[in-house]
Amino acid sequence: MKRMVTLFIVFAMVVCVSAGFAQAQAKKETFKYEDKIGVVKIKKGDPIHIAAWMVVAGPDASLGTDTKRGVELAIEDKGGKILGFSVKLSVQDTGCNAEGGQAAATKLAADPTIVAAIGSNCSSEAKPGAPILWKAGIATVSPSNTAPFLTDPKRGPEYDGYLRTAHNDKVQGAVAAEYAIKQLKLKKAATVHDGSPYAEQLQAVFADNFKKLGGTITSQEAVAPTDTDMRPVLTKIATGKPDIIYYPIFIAAGGHITRQVKEVKGLEKVKLMSADGTFSPDFLKAAGDTAVGMYHSSPDFSAFGAGYKTFLEKHQKKYGEKPIAPFHAHGYDAAMIVLAAIEKVGKKAPDGTLHIGRQQLRDALYATKNFKGLTGNLNCGATGDCADPMIAVYQTTADNVKKLAIPDKPIWSPAAAAAAKPAPAKEAPKKK
Amino acid sequence: MLKRWKKRITPTDVVMWLIGGAILVLIFWGSIATLATGTYTGHHWFDFIIFGLAQGSIYALIAMGYTMVYGILRMINFAHSEVFMCGPYTAYYVAAAFYSSGFLDQYPIVSLIMIFLVSMATSTLVAVLLERIAYRPLRTAPRLIPLITAIGASFFLQYTFRGFYGSGFQAYPVVQILEGEITFWGFRILKFQAVVIAAAAILMAALYSFVQRTRLGKAIRAVSEDKETSALMGIDIDRMIVTTFVIGGMSAGAAGVLYALMFKQVHFFMGFIPGIKAFTAAVLGGIGNIPGAMLGGIFLGLVESVGPSLFLDGLGIVAPYQLKDAIAFTMLVLVLIFRPTGILGERLTVKKA
Repeated sequence: MKRMVTLFIVFAMVVCVSAGFAQAQAKKETFKYEDKIGVVKIKKGDPIHIAAWMVVAGPDASLGTDTKRGVELAIEDKGGKILGFSVKLSVQDTGCNAEGGQAAATKLAADPTIVAAIGSNCSSEAKPGAPILWKAGIATVSPSNTAPFLTDPKRGPEYDGYLRTAHNDKVQGAVAAEYAIKQLKLKKAATVHDGSPYAEQLQAVFADNFKKLGGTITSQEAVAPTDTDMRPVLTKIATGKPDIIYYPIFIAAGGHITRQVKEVKGLEKVKLMSADGTFSPDFLKAAGDTAVGMYHSSPDFSAFGAGYKTFLEKHQKKYGEKPIAPFHAHGYDAAMIVLAAIEKVGKKAPDGTLHIGRQQLRDALYATKNFKGLTGNLNCGATGDCADPMIAVYQTTADNVKKLAIPDKPIWSPAAAAAAKPAPAKEAPKKK
Repeated sequence: MLKRWKKRITPTDVVMWLIGGAILVLIFWGSIATLATGTYTGHHWFDFIIFGLAQGSIYALIAMGYTMVYGILRMINFAHSEVFMCGPYTAYYVAAAFYSSGFLDQYPIVSLIMIFLVSMATSTLVAVLLERIAYRPLRTAPRLIPLITAIGASFFLQYTFRGFYGSGFQAYPVVQILEGEITFWGFRILKFQAVVIAAAAILMAALYSFVQRTRLGKAIRAVSEDKETSALMGIDIDRMIVTTFVIGGMSAGAAGVLYALMFKQVHFFMGFIPGIKAFTAAVLGGIGNIPGAMLGGIFLGLVESVGPSLFLDGLGIVAPYQLKDAIAFTMLVLVLIFRPTGILGERLTVKKA
C-alpha cells in the first residue's frame, strides 16, 4: 500500500511538471514572428549590429569619415540604445570604387548579425554592393550616393533593399547648369567625368540641362580616377574654347585638373565648377591656391533644419573640427530612419530576445513619411529616394584654402533666388 | 628561300601579324582623319609632345631600376614602385617644413637640392634593405620564388608607409621659381616641365656613362653577362648587385621628386600606376637594356599624351583620354608582336633566358 502511495505521488509530480512544461511551451508558441526573408534574433545583452560601408581610407577618406561621424552622432543622440538594446556600429572601408564596394558588401553579407547597413558613399560602390546586401536580406541606406541610376524605376528588383537620404543628381546637375547659364551668363561648357556612375551621370544631367537652357557643350571628356597628367586632355578641351569646365569627379583627379587647368593654353580664363564629391578640405589641400574662385554644387547647409546648429556644436565638441565633407547630416538622417524603422518592427519575445524581420524592416524604411531630419523632410518614395533635395552653389575663397575649410555659406541657391524675386512663377517644377 | 620561310612561320605568327596589321591600319586611319579635320594647331601638338616628354622621362627613370635589376638578377623587382613611392613621400615632410618656415621661398635651389637628396637617400636605403633582406637569401632559389617575394615586399612596403604617414594624401608645396612658362620662337613650355625633362636627361646621361665608362659599370655589365665567370675574374658579385640596387633606388628617388613637383600629390599608393607603366616601358624597350628603358619610357609617355588625340579622335571615339592606358598597353602588344624582345632588346641566349 505504501508503495502504491509513493508511486501515486511520483506519478502526480510527473504530471504536474509536464503540464507546467506544456504550459510554458504553449506560451512560447503564442509569440510568433515571421518574415518573408528572415528574422534577426538578438539575445538579451547582445547589441543591435548596424554596419557602415564607407570610404574611410585613401584620397576620398573625408567623404566616408564625414558620414560615419553623422551616424555616430545619431546613435549618440539616441543614447546609444533602442528598444533597450545597445547599438553597435562596425565600419567597412569601400575605397570609392566598384571593387571595394563589392568586397565590403560581400563581407557584410556573410555576417548574419547585421540588421541593417548604412552606405555606401560613392555610387560606384553601391552599384555592385547593394544587390549583394539585399540578397542577404540587408537593407541599406546611403547617405551620399547621388547617381540617378540607383533609384531609377528601371533599376531592377535586386536594388529593392536600397534607399538613400542623399539627393538625386537629377536635381544637382540641373541646379549647376542653371547657375552657369543664368547667373554666370556662360554659353559654352565642357565636362569631364572619371567613368564612375556618379560622375558620368551627373555630367550628363548637367550637359542636358545646359543645352536645354540654350548653352552649347563643347566636349564631354573622361579621365581615369587614377590619372595624374591631365594636361593632354585639357589641351583637347581647350580646342573647343569653353567658358566653364564642369568636372563632378573625386578628390585626387579633381585636384589634378584644378591645378593643371591654368597651365594649359587657352584655358587661362575658364571658370571651374565641381560638385559634392570634391567639396572637402582635402580637395582644397590637393588643389591649393588654384581652387580659389571655383564653384561647387552641393547640399544647401543654410536650408537644413533647426537641429543642424546643435548638430554642428556636438560635432565640434566630439571631433574638434567642422564637418569635412557635405554629407554628415545625410549620414545622421540615414542612421535616424534606420533606427526608427528598427524601433517600429522590432519585437521582444518573452525571454527577452529581440526579433527583427528583414523584409519588414525594409518595408518600414520605404514607408518613412514626413520624417523631420536635419536635411529636411524625408519621404521615401517608391524607388528609395528619401531626400528633400536642396542644392546650392558655393564659391571657394582664398581664406577657405588658407584655413582648409569648405565654405559654409552658399552664394546662390534656387530656393533663395526664388524667395528674393517672387515674380517669375516657378517654371513648372522640374522633373525630379 | 620561300620554303625556309614557310617552315619558320607558324599559324600563330600569321594571326599575330594580322592583329598587328589591323591595329596599325586603325592607327594610320585615325591619325589621318584627325589631321584632316585640323582641330589641333601646331601649338597644340607641340604642347602634347612636351607633356608626353615630361611624363615619359619620369617613366624612363623608374624603368631604369626595373631593367638594371632584371639585367643583373633576371628577376622583376615588383617592389620597385614602392622604392619610387617612399622617397618623395618622406621628402614631403622636409619640403613642408621648409615651406612653413619660409626657407623654401628664400633659398629655393638649396631647398630643392635638399629635397632631392632626402628622397634619393630614402629610396636608396629602402632598395638596399630590400635586396639584403628579401632578395639575397633567395638568390639561388628557383626564379619564381624571388618574384613572389617581390610582390610580397611591395605590399609590405606600401602598408608600412601607410602606417607611418597615414592613408590620406599630402600635397607638395608650390616652388615659386618653377611656376610660369618660358617662350621661345613662339612655342611655350612650362618651367617645371623644362626642369623635369632636363633633370631626367642629365640623370640618364650620367647613369648611362657610369655603366658604360667606369670600371664599376664595366663590372656590373660583366656580372649581368655571367655571374660565375665574373666571380672567377675577382669581381665581388654581392657588391655589384648592391650597386645596381643603389643606382635603381637613386633614380627612382629622383623620379619621385620630379613626379611630386609635377603633380603635387603624394600618397602611399602613388607608386602603383607609375610602377606598372615603367615596367611596361622597360619591356617595350627591351628588358635588361638601359637605353631601351629610356626609349621605352619616353615612347610610352608620348603615346599616352599624343595618342588619344591623334589616333582615337579621328575614329570618332568619344572621350578618348579614358582609353589612355588601353593605348599604352596596345602599343606594348604591337611592339611585342613585331619585335618580341622589345625595341632595343637583343635576342637572349639560351643560358640567360
